[in-house]
Amino acid sequence: MEYVIEMLNIRKEFGNFVANDNITLQLKEGEIHALLGENGAGKSTLMNVLFGLYQPDGGEIRVRGKTAAITDPNVANNLGIGMVHQHFMLVENLTVTENIILGNEPKKMGMINVKAAAKKVAEISKLYGLDVDPYAKIEDISVGMQQRVEILKTLYRGAEILIFDEPTASLTPQEISELMAIMKKLILEGKSIIIITHKLQEIMDVSDRVTVIRKGQGIGTVITAESNPEELATLMVGRQVTFKTEKTPSNPTEEVLRVENLVVEDYRGIPKVKGLNLSVRKGEIVGIAGIDGNGQTELIEAITGLRKVKSGRVIIDNKDVTGKKPRQITETGVGHIPQDRHKHGLVLDFSVGYNAALQTYYQKPNSKNGIMNYKVISEKAKEIIDMFDVRTQGEHEPARALSGGNQQKLIIGREVDRNPDLLIAALPTRGLDVGAIEFIHKRLIEQRDNGKAVLLLSFELDEVMNVSDRIAVIYDGEIVDTVVPSETSEQELGLLMAGHTKDEMPIVVEEVGLKEGGDHHVK
Amino acid sequence: MSNRFINILVPVVSIILGLIVGAIVMVFSGYDPIKAYIALWNGIFGSPYAMGETIRQISPYILAGLAVAFAFRTGLFNIGVEGQLIVGWFAAAYIGMAVELPAIIHLPLALLAAAVAGALWGLIPGILKARFGVHEVIVTIMMNYIALHTVNALIKSISGGSYKTEKIHETASLRSEFLSNLTDFSTLHYGILVALAMVIVMWFILEKTKTGFELKSVGFNDQASQYAGMNVKKNIVLSMLISGAFAGLGGAMEALGTFGNIVSRSAFTGIGFDGIAVALLGANTPLGVVFGASLFGSLTYGAGNMPNEAGVPIEIVSIVIALIILFVASGYIIRVVLSKMSKKKEAK
Amino acid sequence: MSKRKFGLALSMVLAAGTILGACGTDKDKGDSSSKGDADKESFSIAMVTDTGGVDDKSFNQSAWKGIKEYGAAHDLKKGDGGFDYLQSSEAADYAPNLNKLVQREFDLIYGIGFLMKDAIEEIATQRKDTHFALVDEVSDLPNVASIMFKEQEGAFLAGVAAAKMTKSDKIGFVGGMKIPVIERFEAGFVAGVAAVKPDLEVDIQYTGDFAKAELGKAAANRMYSSGVDIIFHAAGGSGNGVFAEAKERKKADANANVWVIGVDSDQYEEGQVGDDNITLTSMLKRVDNAVKEVAELAAKGEFPGGEVKTFGLHDDGVALADSRGAIPEDVLAEIDEFAKKISEGEIEVPEFVKKK
Repeated sequence: MEYVIEMLNIRKEFGNFVANDNITLQLKEGEIHALLGENGAGKSTLMNVLFGLYQPDGGEIRVRGKTAAITDPNVANNLGIGMVHQHFMLVENLTVTENIILGNEPKKMGMINVKAAAKKVAEISKLYGLDVDPYAKIEDISVGMQQRVEILKTLYRGAEILIFDEPTASLTPQEISELMAIMKKLILEGKSIIIITHKLQEIMDVSDRVTVIRKGQGIGTVITAESNPEELATLMVGRQVTFKTEKTPSNPTEEVLRVENLVVEDYRGIPKVKGLNLSVRKGEIVGIAGIDGNGQTELIEAITGLRKVKSGRVIIDNKDVTGKKPRQITETGVGHIPQDRHKHGLVLDFSVGYNAALQTYYQKPNSKNGIMNYKVISEKAKEIIDMFDVRTQGEHEPARALSGGNQQKLIIGREVDRNPDLLIAALPTRGLDVGAIEFIHKRLIEQRDNGKAVLLLSFELDEVMNVSDRIAVIYDGEIVDTVVPSETSEQELGLLMAGHTKDEMPIVVEEVGLKEGGDHHVK
Repeated sequence: MSNRFINILVPVVSIILGLIVGAIVMVFSGYDPIKAYIALWNGIFGSPYAMGETIRQISPYILAGLAVAFAFRTGLFNIGVEGQLIVGWFAAAYIGMAVELPAIIHLPLALLAAAVAGALWGLIPGILKARFGVHEVIVTIMMNYIALHTVNALIKSISGGSYKTEKIHETASLRSEFLSNLTDFSTLHYGILVALAMVIVMWFILEKTKTGFELKSVGFNDQASQYAGMNVKKNIVLSMLISGAFAGLGGAMEALGTFGNIVSRSAFTGIGFDGIAVALLGANTPLGVVFGASLFGSLTYGAGNMPNEAGVPIEIVSIVIALIILFVASGYIIRVVLSKMSKKKEAK
Repeated sequence: MSKRKFGLALSMVLAAGTILGACGTDKDKGDSSSKGDADKESFSIAMVTDTGGVDDKSFNQSAWKGIKEYGAAHDLKKGDGGFDYLQSSEAADYAPNLNKLVQREFDLIYGIGFLMKDAIEEIATQRKDTHFALVDEVSDLPNVASIMFKEQEGAFLAGVAAAKMTKSDKIGFVGGMKIPVIERFEAGFVAGVAAVKPDLEVDIQYTGDFAKAELGKAAANRMYSSGVDIIFHAAGGSGNGVFAEAKERKKADANANVWVIGVDSDQYEEGQVGDDNITLTSMLKRVDNAVKEVAELAAKGEFPGGEVKTFGLHDDGVALADSRGAIPEDVLAEIDEFAKKISEGEIEVPEFVKKK
């Protein structure tokens, strides 16, 4: 089989920093090729070189055997290279078709011919089983659907080679498996795919070969079928990684958080949490499993005082904190790792040190009589940096300059350092690589072992299964069931999350069980 | 090329480029640029008198710049500095004229009145923003007009129908014989000390106090600040309050220093709007504002000498000055060019 | 208080010194002139405009015209030792601009416009050896001559013209800010109208602003719509709106009977609409004449420091501009009659608006 893309000994520097050093990636026609590496390893840089956004400082790119100078994305497009970005580039209030033809509008006597375009979009959609309505508005369709629009966009422009940048980062488990099926379909229709990811399971499920890069260096390419997750992880991180987080059985004591009949509305006044009950005890990790949009965000914002409670009560350490201000609740002994670390967790333009003090800056000795003591804050920040292995040039570096994993470590360090009785961790590992995930999971378990309560919100089933002692499944604003990880399966959880009740379960579980026995993903 | 060197080089190159383009404009209009620039230099530094007037011109610019910059740091765009300055001007002129007190009380009281008036004028858009989410840009623009016309009406009513108020008492004046003699009868007054003191105040608030930490945090990321338990609304109001106080003091410069009274105006002073440019030139830092205001103030004042000494008409002068400021403001572009050049050199 | 008295005493002494000094120079000059015109040190003059600028089509422009004419008459050149002007772009420029001219050693420096009063007084107190002249305001400093106009006399004639020419018997007056100068216009205009048609009431409106044409336009719109056919404006830049409104109406309907009486300088050009012109006449304020006159006096060593020089019809300080045929001969003759009477003191034109 011939290579459609060859990136040979690619080198890319930014000032003194070498982002890509001698990396070789060869994509065969009709294969799914995974590009694996930790965050900051240089995956995106390499793909941006291929897509014409960066010019390489060394090495050669060949497309179908011919040397190509990809000077900008238009050249890439003309060569049949299309990119499905991690952050969708879609205009919310335009339709699917309008978004697809944006910047490339078919004209008929000077008028944009939307109808013809919509027809073509529908055809492509049908061919690859994308099932997209050409006239739907972007704001009305789900994240998974939006991603398909991105795929359609590249196909519409005649892409033969598709690059997927972290495609599963914001998808639900169901959407992920659907995406995998779509990728298979694309291959059948003669396309070639590069998928950037750090999720090992996905690679095992879908890819034919894997190219691993670590710290900007090409480590090598392996055939997926001849490898296993452990080997890939070791290649990626450069050391042995444990997947199954080691932990002893939990030993829960008294209740720290009790949520009673909680009702919370979103900003439009539509109830999102509908009479929810929840209890978390010291010495246990309670995971909340659910598909995004079932009230998780509102629940956590209500507990932490960021959102108004319509009715019901939130009790922390036997104190009714319903309707209290965020700071009062924090001071009751709550640590909060917010879902969106950029928006809510950090002030990115503040230094690492300032961010480390974001929850405690107003307390002695950080400030006294309204005057800040930045020396003390710096010292404390250094401690947190050390203890939580935050890789940074120092406490004066802006938080923006840190990689995602280190930003998250900083937040966790800040929250854990306050020694809260209840630690709320919302999507604490989103977008992070295995090394960082492992570290963060260990910290959460450590908190539990120290007799603290942890409430974990996650969309990743294996994370919930791995880390939690109990799993509360949230569906449509209510906890529909609470299960113990050892007594359940991802499939059962998936069904609960989709709104099935336990009554229907026996039959369904059996069906799933059968499927589980076989190869549950199309190979 | 080191970063530090580039940091110094950029404004210098910007100014030189501005001067060159300005010179081209003058040559094409038939005026001698060298004579004109000598006139500009003399207009700024040429005599103790010129220096006195230049510094006098800089003082309100510093305060207007601080006002804009302070609000900016909290993520607010205070276009209302103009109006806050006008009410501050009036308040200072009124206290200076209407009460009789020993200087040690009178002058601080008049300054305080200006600060309070400006602060109150900033408070209204602050509250509207925090409480109802009304965008501060709209409110502050409207507050400018309200300030202008309200103050005109007040001048008329307290002066018994005249278009200006009586002069302030000596005890409230920022002028001094000492400064006047030092600078050959210029209108230089102690306002520059007030302005510089406020530069330190702003720096202190932002860099040393808990309030400053919160204000900056809210400015960078209000959502994360809210998550960290800060009261975002309170900080918005506070920021507008302090910003308005700076602007009000800018008005006091005119009331207690330059003019000694307030005259009914048909148009804005422009100082408040120039304050936006000053703040941006100064990257919204206190020290940067001093730089921006110095550039703005000396160019505006020195420019007046170009028709005087070199016979260049005021219209051409305005174009030249605007060009220089434009080039300084677009220093970013020059920075990019410089860093590219240095990269190429390194590559070789 | 005692401080102020001391200051006053000091300025008296200095003023005396100045006068003596002036006499001295005068004598010297006399001596030198006897030696021959070639060495004669010329008398130099300069002016500072207010924020209106030197081409404001109003009194700044008129003053500059006077200065140029004086310069031409005495063989002066623009620049140091001759004649010059500085333009103020904001109020804060007044004092520095005056000071710059002092430093360039002009013998007589004019501040044009009532807004300059504070600045002139401040600089004049510091620079006791320099002579200043202030237009449209009164200062009692010994080295400041105040130039005032009997606007009411010119406005009276405008009123006569309007009353004679109106067909609808409705006349309007649009003023700028309600300040003494403008009120003199109003008082004279109303008196002039009353002298011809005592029962005719003048529609009076102030825009409150000298620089907002839109306000002038709105006022004119209302007046013309209510049947007014002649409007006299004393509103500076706001008056341009009055012209604009009249021109629009004339453009829409060539038979429309709308007229404007201009102010300060001859505003005939402002009123041109195609082949028609809606400028009836303009009430001229001859700042140029006044400026020249004061310069001549000062050059002779008779600088009227501390005095108020008032220029009326008698002194060619105010007048009506050429109507270019808009006003028929017989009416003009009647206006001249009134002018003569005022000039000879037979008619005393009121200076203040009658309180209603």
